[in-house]
Amino acid sequence: MTPAKGANQVNLQARALYCERDDRQLFADLSFSVCSGDLLQLAGPNGAGKTTLLRLLAGLNHDYTGDVTWHDQPLQHVYSEYAHQRLYLGHLSAVKKSLTPLENLRWLMASEVPNEDQLWGALEEAGLAGFEETPCQHLSAGQQRRVALARLCITQLPLWILDEPFTALDKEGVAWLEQKMQKQVNRGGAVIITSHHALEGIHGLRQLTLGGAV
Amino acid sequence: MWQWLKQLYHRMGSPKWFYEITERWIPWLAIVAGVTAVVGLVLGLLYAPADYQQGDSFRIIYIHVPAAILAQSAYMMMAVAGAVYLIWRMKMAAWVAKVIAPIGASFCLIALLTGAIWGKPTWGTWWVWDARLTSMLMLLFLYFGVMAIQQAMESEDGSYKAAAILALVGVVNIPIIKYSVEWWNTLHQPATLTLTEKPSMHPDMLWPLLIMLVSTYVLFALLVILRTRNEILWHERKRSWVKKMMES
Amino acid sequence: MSLVIATVKRDFILAARNPGEWANPLMFFLMVAALFPLAVDPDPTFLSKIAGGVIWVAALLATLLSLDSLYRADVEDGSLEQCLASGESMYAMVLGKALVHWCISGLPLTLVSPLLGLMLHLPDEAYIAMVLSLAVGTPILSLLGSVGAALTASLSSGGLLLTLLILPLYIPVLIFAASAVYHAGIGMAYNGQIAMLGAMLALAIALTPFAAAAALKLNLSR
Repeated sequence: MTPAKGANQVNLQARALYCERDDRQLFADLSFSVCSGDLLQLAGPNGAGKTTLLRLLAGLNHDYTGDVTWHDQPLQHVYSEYAHQRLYLGHLSAVKKSLTPLENLRWLMASEVPNEDQLWGALEEAGLAGFEETPCQHLSAGQQRRVALARLCITQLPLWILDEPFTALDKEGVAWLEQKMQKQVNRGGAVIITSHHALEGIHGLRQLTLGGAV
Repeated sequence: MWQWLKQLYHRMGSPKWFYEITERWIPWLAIVAGVTAVVGLVLGLLYAPADYQQGDSFRIIYIHVPAAILAQSAYMMMAVAGAVYLIWRMKMAAWVAKVIAPIGASFCLIALLTGAIWGKPTWGTWWVWDARLTSMLMLLFLYFGVMAIQQAMESEDGSYKAAAILALVGVVNIPIIKYSVEWWNTLHQPATLTLTEKPSMHPDMLWPLLIMLVSTYVLFALLVILRTRNEILWHERKRSWVKKMMES
Repeated sequence: MSLVIATVKRDFILAARNPGEWANPLMFFLMVAALFPLAVDPDPTFLSKIAGGVIWVAALLATLLSLDSLYRADVEDGSLEQCLASGESMYAMVLGKALVHWCISGLPLTLVSPLLGLMLHLPDEAYIAMVLSLAVGTPILSLLGSVGAALTASLSSGGLLLTLLILPLYIPVLIFAASAVYHAGIGMAYNGQIAMLGAMLALAIALTPFAAAAALKLNLSR
């Protein structure tokens, strides 16, 4: 499953996307592409459709017109292949309160089948050393977020789609996450995120602002 | 034939086309429904011979049987329309499925009420756990479920799809429910007097029933069309053709 | 498949950490059955006649009670979205979740049902039929119920609605299962009823996951 490094692993194209919610147009005639080495930040005010667009690119939302292609194949036709190439992290972090970080991470990473050492290493890197076997209900919101983000330390998938990943993180956490994204971009992967956070430091950053002038 | 069907399908998908074509159908449907109802009822209530066992009370079948048959086929139609929406995302189908639910439930209720009224002189009690009445009651519960989920879902699209999924599950279940209720019934009440199961009905009794059946189906079509037109106007209220029509 | 297996394991751990999930429906099962002698008639001959039906009605209600939480937590914390995002078959996922649900609801009910049989003076001949009908019938309840749970997963007041949607679908199971117990009690053959339940189970395994998977996707598309 691990793609060759450096190869052009990511090729996501969006053409003429149009989407409306409750008779309100969110975006129209939106075209862009995401390739290896790209970091695309979706920006815009609340309600501009950032999350909608993100879910659409993740293949979780079909209520739009226009085309999204993955390596020139319509996304919906190659969905299961695509799903095994991209990591999606929603604004809900899918962390179960009564499970420990270790158990949560084991479930979250189930499709990539990591070994125990990788799981422990990832939790340590995410700043959860010493909390590996504490039920998540005793952890803070930021720590629970880190459980979900620990996936990024193990995964080999070339495309990351992250919805508001900086929520509830402290300063150190933000710096750590920025560094993780930089690494992903440098090794030929790609990242699409929604965030209000300024990400200027990262090489390969592009912004797409929704709402008002598209 | 196939081409024609395809063309019809595309036209049916257009709310404007449906609205305009049904404009012309409505008076005819109303006339047919009215005339057949009058003819059927007059023949059934005045000219058909009285039943040798049940006397005049059997005449309620001219309402009961068509209502019961219609309530069952309306559920099927609702499920088919729902499936069309699930598969081809045709908005018109969702609206049709939505408007059928309360109409079908009403006919189901009519069948149950007339069944109870009929039961009083026949069995001496308003309600007997007769196989047919019990399956009608279950059908009414299925209709209630579909209507409840339509109401509960927040998004409109969600309510159409959820109702369609439930209706399809119901369609698979209806034969099983009917079969199991009939089996249960034969177990608990060895053949008393069943309401409608006549080996051979006298033609003078049968004809009015068939006419009433036609009348009920046409009435149903009329009701569905009228309510679908309301849905069309509401959903297309921002489109130019509706605005233009409203102004004139 | 790895995610489905991981989900099954995870759900068993969750059930072990939150014993109320499986213990509450079980207690409800015992309590509801205890109401009938109090409300109707404690006479043993009368009770032995209705025991099979009462136990089955109680099992059905207890199952409904436990169904509400089947998908709600997963929708609320985003783990269902992760299942969908993983690209794994939702059909298998639904079957896996239904299996866990049966193991923590239908299976315990089946195991404690002889106790209720004693309390309700179930005829001796009917015990095997009761346990057998529950063992074959309660998985159908879990599978059909998962359709209702999936449809109502994102609704705040889903619990009562779920009951309304699913109860009519449970009627055939109730009819055949209760009749199996009753016929065993009066010394008649009941293998026909058990065979019918088996057929319904096969049908439910084949079809309900499609409906539940479609309903789950619907809850997540927004």
